[in-house]
Amino acid sequence: MTGFGVQVRDLTVRYGPTTALDQVSFEIRPGVITGLLGRNGSGKTTFLSVAAAFRRGTSGAVLVDGEDPWENARVMGGTCLVRESGDVVADEPITENLRFLAERRPTFDRATAESLLDRLEIDPSKRPDKLSRGQRSAFGVVVGVATRAPLTLLDEVHLGMDAPARYAFYDALLADWMAHPRTIVVSSHLIDEVERLLEDVVILDHGRVLAADDAATLREQGLTVTGPADEVDAFVTSRRVVARQTLGRTAQATVIGTAPDDEARARAAGLELGAVGLQDLFVHLTDHAGDRAAAPLTPQESR
Amino acid sequence: MFDGREPLYVQIADQIRDDVLSGALQAEEQVMSTTQYATTFRINPATAAKAFAELVDEGVLYKRRGVGMFVAPGARETLRAERRESFFTDVVDPVLAQARVLGIDVDEIVARLREHAAHDHPTPQAGTR
Repeated sequence: MTGFGVQVRDLTVRYGPTTALDQVSFEIRPGVITGLLGRNGSGKTTFLSVAAAFRRGTSGAVLVDGEDPWENARVMGGTCLVRESGDVVADEPITENLRFLAERRPTFDRATAESLLDRLEIDPSKRPDKLSRGQRSAFGVVVGVATRAPLTLLDEVHLGMDAPARYAFYDALLADWMAHPRTIVVSSHLIDEVERLLEDVVILDHGRVLAADDAATLREQGLTVTGPADEVDAFVTSRRVVARQTLGRTAQATVIGTAPDDEARARAAGLELGAVGLQDLFVHLTDHAGDRAAAPLTPQESR
Repeated sequence: MFDGREPLYVQIADQIRDDVLSGALQAEEQVMSTTQYATTFRINPATAAKAFAELVDEGVLYKRRGVGMFVAPGARETLRAERRESFFTDVVDPVLAQARVLGIDVDEIVARLREHAAHDHPTPQAGTR
């Protein structure tokens, strides 16, 4: 089992007058951990809800493992969406929830669930509605990991979990995924924390796709150029500059898009080049303050 | 570990190159698997795989099917030759540029280097970074 891939074609979702997703197209590769990143209200949850057939799109298509997931028993049997709310039986003990899942989810692994509960220090005799916020989230993680669905969608499941619990979650997710490869989509805005887990990244912003690529390629798109202000300006001419700072006569510009001769040119001009972290890239791309409209990475830039 | 600003796979590849150069990894020695990298450093194994692919292309590592990645015979010599070539542009030239800015004479630098070389063991082997 390598998991279900997802193809999104021109998907639009409207809630009344609000357009949550505006003709988005991207692909989620089977068997890969993909990060779905975006600010609040960018359309992450809406997309995940359509992929999991919790709702239908207004137009366009989502194909999960090649088929429309809507009322599709085969595809739904292999799809598990864990939302912040947990989607568990809140007023029954956790042990009862596990029994329920084991009956209905062919891929659910009870032993994994129990060892994860133990690791996350959750008492299985408790009811989910009696757990703390962080523990409720952690139980959602347990369900998401132990269900081992070919398409596992984890929507902001880390909320309320403290740092040790989150790192236990990342470790458990990675280890279980390596032992049982499948498609996992993690939505989060704790980019620094999840970045290392991700092979692919989709960045949504205001219902549009800002970038969709493998994480390493995406990271390499960002570049900081530091040195004498006039040299920096000459270097970045006709490039997309997303940030610029000056300190005395030294300037630093952050640009999107690189060229093969960048290093040689920088050296000749006495400029220093630096990498841009995914978190910084994300902030630059989605920061709308200062009248800098976000523009999606062009195919050239993002490939 | 691996918290620099460079892409993670570049840092992993650099680390392995440094280990080969310093002799911490010997020819025909097996390197950690992608899975070990993933669990040890909490990273996606694809990231380690990308570093390995780069090193295989360079002839530093080679793959034994179903067993893992090994340091290629002669990898250390290859890396040393490469590093020697870039040593003057990457290490010496910046020293000269800095010295010029500070008004330090080339003779002073040479004298200093001679003095150190006389005290030190003849061939330092550690990586240049």
